Amino acid sequence: MVAFDEMRPEEAGLRNPYSEYDGWLTEQDTARLGQKMKDAENVFRRTGITFAVYGEQNAAERLIPFDIVPRIISGAEWRRLTLGIEQRVQALNAFLEDIYHRQEILRAGRVPKELIAGNVAFLPEMIGLRPPAGVYTHIIGTDIVRTGENDFFVLEDNARTPSGVSYMIENRETMMQLFPELFKRIKVRPVENYPQLLRQSLAAVAPRSADEQPTIAVLTPGSFNSAYFEHAFLADHMGVELVEGHDLRVVDGHVAMRTTEGYKQIDVLYRRVDDDFLDPLSFNPDSVLGVPGIMDVYRAGNITIANAPGTGIADDKAIYSYMPEIVEFYTGRKPILGNIPTWRCSEPDSLAYVLEHLGELVVKEVHGSGGYGMLVGPAASKKERDAFAQKLKARPGNYIAQPTLALSTCPILTDAGLAPRHVDLRPFVLVSDRIRIVPGGLTRVALQPGSLVVNSSQGGGTKDTWVLDD
Amino acid sequence: MLLGRTANGLYWMNRYIERAENMARLIDAGLRMALTRNESDAEEWTSVIMSSGVEAGYRSKHDEFNAANVCDYLLRDIENSSSVLSSIETARMNARMVRTALTRETWESINDAWMSFRRMLSGPLDEREVPKVLDAIKRETAQIRGAFHGTMLRNEIYDFSQLGIFIERADNTARILDVKYYVLLPSISWVGSSMDNYQWESILRSVSAHRSYRWVYDAAYKPTNIAEFLVLSRRMPRSLAFCYRMIDDSLEGLASDYGIRHPSHEMCADMLSKLKAMRIKDVLDEGLHEFLTDVILRTNRLGDQVARDYRFF
Repeated sequence: MVAFDEMRPEEAGLRNPYSEYDGWLTEQDTARLGQKMKDAENVFRRTGITFAVYGEQNAAERLIPFDIVPRIISGAEWRRLTLGIEQRVQALNAFLEDIYHRQEILRAGRVPKELIAGNVAFLPEMIGLRPPAGVYTHIIGTDIVRTGENDFFVLEDNARTPSGVSYMIENRETMMQLFPELFKRIKVRPVENYPQLLRQSLAAVAPRSADEQPTIAVLTPGSFNSAYFEHAFLADHMGVELVEGHDLRVVDGHVAMRTTEGYKQIDVLYRRVDDDFLDPLSFNPDSVLGVPGIMDVYRAGNITIANAPGTGIADDKAIYSYMPEIVEFYTGRKPILGNIPTWRCSEPDSLAYVLEHLGELVVKEVHGSGGYGMLVGPAASKKERDAFAQKLKARPGNYIAQPTLALSTCPILTDAGLAPRHVDLRPFVLVSDRIRIVPGGLTRVALQPGSLVVNSSQGGGTKDTWVLDD
Repeated sequence: MLLGRTANGLYWMNRYIERAENMARLIDAGLRMALTRNESDAEEWTSVIMSSGVEAGYRSKHDEFNAANVCDYLLRDIENSSSVLSSIETARMNARMVRTALTRETWESINDAWMSFRRMLSGPLDEREVPKVLDAIKRETAQIRGAFHGTMLRNEIYDFSQLGIFIERADNTARILDVKYYVLLPSISWVGSSMDNYQWESILRSVSAHRSYRWVYDAAYKPTNIAEFLVLSRRMPRSLAFCYRMIDDSLEGLASDYGIRHPSHEMCADMLSKLKAMRIKDVLDEGLHEFLTDVILRTNRLGDQVARDYRFF
């Protein structure tokens, strides 16, 4: 399996987007680059840009490895990607609106009813409820993989609480500190205005009861959460409060935060707490991370929750395989960005195929995330595959399978010089009265040669992502 | 407007940074005493432990009061919630919680201190290394303060931080004096003995006032002057009067920002006017120990009242 290298594909030599960078690179000596790599790590450690890995003792805070070679995307490539992403997020929101109201798509038989009814990501509490401004998923991280010059696919639509945007911004910040001369030489489109765009976006979907300057807050599960750094980062850069569940309470039909001057009303809550924990009165009764009664306030239209509860039904891996139909159903056009072929193991024929080809496929849990509970066939031992086959047979509906893709590679700097590693891309999308996408995103990179697992919880790293202003 | 939880985090972050620094000073003074005296230094280390307010915890782990045990317990024992290592851990945890209220410089200086304390204090300390470690602690905490004062806006965030610093400091100074109050009493007539000289210097050294004392008074140590310096001086940044003036400043700042006064304002004003009106003779006549016990109690109550008034929880 030969992967497409985004800098130097085998057949074509140096690709255009990298030509200026390559010119600069050849002028550098390797010792200096190695030193820059260390500098970068120090920057991250000093500023405390860390994340926590659950279930690991002691290493409560870890750095995500950062690679100093940028991943470069041309302006033309980016334009095409944004068209595809915009189409996709429109369809996601239309699907959510439909699925919680008239369910036209089920009636039309384009998505099977059982997939919704029996799905834990579908929240009956949301049926008939109309969120302020009619937007369900406001903040989306669309995971995109590339396999060739013109072949981009959507791997996942993260429509619940996607994370990673702070790394996008800090990666750029770090690169500009380390290599100011590069940014003089190459015109890279900026990403650092993301927090301002996020704030505008959230303000634009405030409930009608809010005044002209709505009060926005970021709800975090707390400083022990793995993405706490990001929650604080976003609140800070938007200039809004970072609140925890026990700071909030329902006062006079509104959600309010306890301040040094008493309770103050909140209009828009960017919550980074899962649906389950949002309201102990409506969902998990043991939750101490949420706000008792917030769902009543929501139903009364007095608060915007971003993203809306129940958006998980749109990025569910079982629904994923229907995305081409979903896009076409709501936009009336063929999807600009393709899906990866997916076998639904709930279907007997597919299951048989998957079991037979386990060695070539990636099998994922329908509700899993972060690379946990998945099988990468080609990398697994016979024993691991056999064990997985048992799980598959026991609960086929719990799994989907996809071909092992030859993810594109980008060079990283190793002790032995540049070496290709597999990458993916997560651009961040904001939906309100309009759709905003900052030019760039989070490039995740597998650090082991040949590895396809880019998740930071599994030892993946990140790179700065450049969209050229050309 | 500030979240109550944020105000609480700022307050405790600063109390613990102040505590880490005070701990380093106390140990410094203890080491100095141990170096300059021939007889057993157990007494000195006992008073260091008592001044830190951790006597019970210490006794449950150690039988002997000596340099090695005390340094270990006060610097790096994480079972001691007031040790330097525990303090920086708590300070940073609070800083992380209120990160959005801090400038980048302030956060980074706290994070730097945390990283370097953890490195320095990760294993048992060689006694010869202790002075270097104490220097580093004082330097790092000074750096935090520098970053804080140099970059933070003078608003409510600043006020709650200042409250934490000066309530901790008032408590600390009062404790140090209280543990050694008898050394300063005129009724005990060892006056002029070399024993007293060491003891007096040690008190001043524990609050880094041995040099500034000489700028204000004569080179010779006099117990009444020392007591006056640490209780009533308006210029000495660790005196009770100074601490209360700073506490009052911050509380008044909050009152004018928010347009509302609370019980804590009256409590603080009471104490401050008492300190202003007093002469050192009055304090000694009232009984230094009784006076200090009262200050420690009132300072604690004031802290609790601030937490209630500003909805820390």
